[in-house]
Amino acid sequence: MKKWANTAKRSLPGALAVLAVLLLWEALCRVADVAVSKLPPPSAVILSLYHNASLLAEHSRATLAAVAAGLSLSVLVALALAVFMDRHSWLKQALYPLLIISQTIPIIALAPLFLIWFGLGLTSKIVVVALVCFFPMAINLVEGLEQVDPETINLLKVMQAGPAMIFRSAQLPAVLPYFFSGLKIAATYSVMGAVIGEWLAARWGLGVFMLRSMRSYQTANTFAAILVVVVLSLLLFKLTELAAWLAMPWHRHKSVYPEE
Amino acid sequence: MEEKMERNNEVLILENISATYDSGEARLPVLKDISLRLKKGEFAALLGPSGSGKSTLLKIAAGLIRPDRGRVLLNGQESTGRVQKVGYMPQQDLLFPWKTLLENAALPLLAAGMAKKEASSRVRELLPIFGLEGFARYYPHQLSGGMRQRAALLRTVLIESSLLLLDEPFAALDAITRENLQEWLLSVLERFHRSVLFVTHSIDEAIYLADRVYLISERPGRIVLEQPIELPRPRSRGIITTAPFLSYKALLMKSLQSKD
Repeated sequence: MKKWANTAKRSLPGALAVLAVLLLWEALCRVADVAVSKLPPPSAVILSLYHNASLLAEHSRATLAAVAAGLSLSVLVALALAVFMDRHSWLKQALYPLLIISQTIPIIALAPLFLIWFGLGLTSKIVVVALVCFFPMAINLVEGLEQVDPETINLLKVMQAGPAMIFRSAQLPAVLPYFFSGLKIAATYSVMGAVIGEWLAARWGLGVFMLRSMRSYQTANTFAAILVVVVLSLLLFKLTELAAWLAMPWHRHKSVYPEE
Repeated sequence: MEEKMERNNEVLILENISATYDSGEARLPVLKDISLRLKKGEFAALLGPSGSGKSTLLKIAAGLIRPDRGRVLLNGQESTGRVQKVGYMPQQDLLFPWKTLLENAALPLLAAGMAKKEASSRVRELLPIFGLEGFARYYPHQLSGGMRQRAALLRTVLIESSLLLLDEPFAALDAITRENLQEWLLSVLERFHRSVLFVTHSIDEAIYLADRVYLISERPGRIVLEQPIELPRPRSRGIITTAPFLSYKALLMKSLQSKD
């Protein structure tokens, strides 16, 4: 109970700040009489959210499908690549610069090419999400595997443990904190990646809804979609934190002997 | 015939071991022409200053490092540079933070293919002897330094081997805990009958624990003195103020100072 009270206390200033910005925004729109098509007040955005609820849910479902597929793809590829790069140092030396270069290429510029390569369907969207998420995942995993203490591996070798047991007992758990910090970043980027993918070409998705609203000057709808993107990203972030909490029970227990 | 008898009686033989450490810029000689024979049931201490290559010698004995020159024989079999199943305990306790005490201690049994349930009950049987009863479900960071060291030793003893290679197991502990653990170690060894090669930089610890002390010089490490310790067993703490103990201590101190 006390923990909850503390959490509430800590998030109070943040909540108040958000509320203040919203009120200021609302007041500004009303006092200056800004056209709703230019800048809709928060109340209009909430109204739009209400009116388009079922439509937004439908589009969100499409976006989340791309997010799930792209994120999973990037995690799998990054994990496989990081393990290989860790096993063979020459591979790491060869691929590490490429990895960084890949991140510096603006996806927006590259994305139209995906249309040519992968067509108009879901594939293009998934590839954009995967590309956005791949880099934080791969970098964190490579770094995490570097941090594994070689003595722990020696210890298991002396017990005559095989490579599978060494990976399971020593390397994988040691990498989990790195994995989850990568995943937190990747998960937050992933929705944005899907929206970019949808701007290019798609029939469903929050990006599509945004584009349509913008083209028809229904700015409140655009903002509603932005709000949904923000909320979805935050949810994914929190979900990752929950997964980390579940996956690493040893991080939860407090020391009995605090002197160390 | 007699020669063969003697060989069978020796758990570990190191013959003319020399090793260098490749720092990337230069090859530093670490060990120079080290030979020693560890008899069955014997407790040998490697005593020397930090950086004298004692840890490297243990890794060579375990087969984790291949020496530049020399041979390692384990129970009469040549094992140079091949990882052997031995009770190797590295310098830090190296308990896996993501495993409970029980899971950490059970690792060697699981590596040997024992079923999880059986391994758990084996470990639980031994917990009282190691002063860890009631702590099976604790994570390492919840335990005191002395408890962690005992847990690591329990894990090491569960590696099925007649040889224990202990690398400064008590160096990180405070003086009182260290003395308690030394006494406790002797009592545990009476039960488990292992041959021990024990690295330390404490003269008192070496004399108190060992049947034989090998004095190692600064880098490159050479054996400058092989000193049998003929103090009666079981040894109580009081022995460290007796005349024979002190004369050994004077001898070792003199040899430590006069060399290099």
